[in-house]
Amino acid sequence: MSDLNLLQMILYDANTQWVLLGTMLLGIASGVLGSIALLRKQSLIGDAVAHAALPGICIAFLLIGEKSLVALLIGATITGLVAAYCIQFITATSILKEDTVICLVLSVFFGFGIVLLTKVSQSPAGNKSGLADFIFGQAASLVGNDVKLMAGTAFILILVTSLLFKELKLLTFDPAFAKGLGLPTKFLNFLFLTLLVAAVVIGIQAVGVILMAALLITPSIAARYWTNSLGKMIILSGLFGAISGMAGTLLSTFGRGLATGPFIVVSATLLFFLSMLFAPERGLVIKWMRRIKYNRKTKEEQILRTIYKNLEDCYLKSGLEECLVTTNAVASELAFSEKLTLTILGDLLKKGYLTQSGNEWSLTNEGLFKGYLLVMKQRVGEICLMHREEFNEEEQDQLTSKVIDKPTDPIAERIIYLLDQYNMKPAISPYEGKGLT
Amino acid sequence: MNPVEIKNLTVAYQKKPVLSDVSFEVPEGKLIGIIGPNGAGKSTLIKAVLGLIPKASGEIKIFGKNYNAKDKVVGYVPQRGSVDWDFPTNALDVVLMGRYGHIGWFKRPSKKDMELAMECLRKVGMESYSNRQISQLSGGQQQRVFLARALAQDAKIYFMDEPFVGVDAATERAIVDLLNELKKQGKTVLVVHHDLQTVKDYFDHVILLNMRTIAEGPTEDTFTIENLHRTYGGKLAFLEKDRVMVNQK
Repeated sequence: MSDLNLLQMILYDANTQWVLLGTMLLGIASGVLGSIALLRKQSLIGDAVAHAALPGICIAFLLIGEKSLVALLIGATITGLVAAYCIQFITATSILKEDTVICLVLSVFFGFGIVLLTKVSQSPAGNKSGLADFIFGQAASLVGNDVKLMAGTAFILILVTSLLFKELKLLTFDPAFAKGLGLPTKFLNFLFLTLLVAAVVIGIQAVGVILMAALLITPSIAARYWTNSLGKMIILSGLFGAISGMAGTLLSTFGRGLATGPFIVVSATLLFFLSMLFAPERGLVIKWMRRIKYNRKTKEEQILRTIYKNLEDCYLKSGLEECLVTTNAVASELAFSEKLTLTILGDLLKKGYLTQSGNEWSLTNEGLFKGYLLVMKQRVGEICLMHREEFNEEEQDQLTSKVIDKPTDPIAERIIYLLDQYNMKPAISPYEGKGLT
Repeated sequence: MNPVEIKNLTVAYQKKPVLSDVSFEVPEGKLIGIIGPNGAGKSTLIKAVLGLIPKASGEIKIFGKNYNAKDKVVGYVPQRGSVDWDFPTNALDVVLMGRYGHIGWFKRPSKKDMELAMECLRKVGMESYSNRQISQLSGGQQQRVFLARALAQDAKIYFMDEPFVGVDAATERAIVDLLNELKKQGKTVLVVHHDLQTVKDYFDHVILLNMRTIAEGPTEDTFTIENLHRTYGGKLAFLEKDRVMVNQK
């Protein structure tokens, strides 16, 4: 049978459709709650809760003696919640730091879970129970009713989060202020932890206790790269979660009996890498390109300023307006290599800022405007720093354009006066006719 | 009735008291400076009044009643460093948070809330930054966003924790203008303040604090060298410098 036929068969299988729907809703719910957990710096609590679900599952199985998902998930919820509150309680009452406490709780609960799992697998009913599937997840073993339970819970989680969006946002950004407004922060904190535990618990069958945390964390850090709005981040994170959930399920079903969790996590990680590299604004590639562009622009500005200052010096010494600057003078002043200097000078020549005669350079009219602006900006910036109590350094750009365009404005007049006082006024102004200042 | 009355307030971290037997009352419609050395418990005092940290004993009355955040009479401006500014949100959104107490559960901010939030941003000179991601604001601008958020709360009493720390000249001016506007509206504003030089210019009333209330009252009578000496203790060199300053003003 070809791969394509196999894929077709998988997609048309009623049970697979259910499983896909389930992992999709699970992906959305954990992406949504994971975003908030990430911003609350509670991602690791999700990890501890997932590991702590294992003893709950085993205890539930030992008590009722059969594999009923509802019972197992109730067991998982109880130990998961206990672990979450243990972390909060120990952090609040002991001298231990939160990371240490999370590590401690995670390993104690998980270790206990493994001991119980060993015991279960030694019992006659236990070794065929498939409890070991909970470690790495097995979506294919979900049946219709399991999926309905998962999907229903996921839907409730998404609904509650969207209803309490505003409150959860404030609780995450500034809990002290939330309390000052009269929000019941303790209750909200409790509610959020419960939602987080619920998301983890419905995910362990499909993803497994070890990797469940990745489904909380990875889609949300991927989403953070794309947006600066919490609402959009949560929606994107849910979308990434849904895509990874479905892709992972398909891949693992395709391979027949492969664990689902690792494939879901690999899909989510792929989305994360794509986001980290290519997201606009925050993506590494864009940042890198912007950095290169900025560095280049800085060097161009430095060269224009250097040529301007050389012309200014020459004018002040000799009264000559038509001086020339050599390539070597520019290179040595800025400590650039000759090659770099020539490349950038060439670029500026193409942009029409410079005139070249052999090894010597001067500014065109346009270049003089640009050079004057750059030097003025630098010197206005210095004035702002020297007179901090009067001018705001952040407004350096606006102040510079005021000085150039509206010299009669009182603030501009004051700056021009100070520039004169310190002998810092650019001597060659294209606005007042070359050299007439 | 006085907006804030505190009797024998004691607050302790573990077993070590940070505030002990602090008592004072503040008059309505005044700008009040809370002054004292580092570690005097100034921020702790604010947090205790707002119920953010538990008190060991004492009584705190806001307009004669026990403080209840749901009454919406108290606005709070925390220290700027108390939140993560890389949070994915913009300036307008932070200001809108001041409205959450009025909006009620499950509901989204209305157009009116948005307009009010914009108005508050305008009052602190930040209306052109409403869409700016908050991590891209300067320290002073972040402080102004926090002030605008407190304005949006529309409270009767404001507590501000070191709003002047590390801000630029423009922000300092904006804060002073805002304090005066609040006073004009009859609000009571308590400000934790560090800079002794500006106390006489900014505040009508001061509370000198060093674990306990050293002195309180109108600035002219209370902000004296003797009281400062009792508040700051043996930091003589520092006080000598300030003696000139206090006398000058």
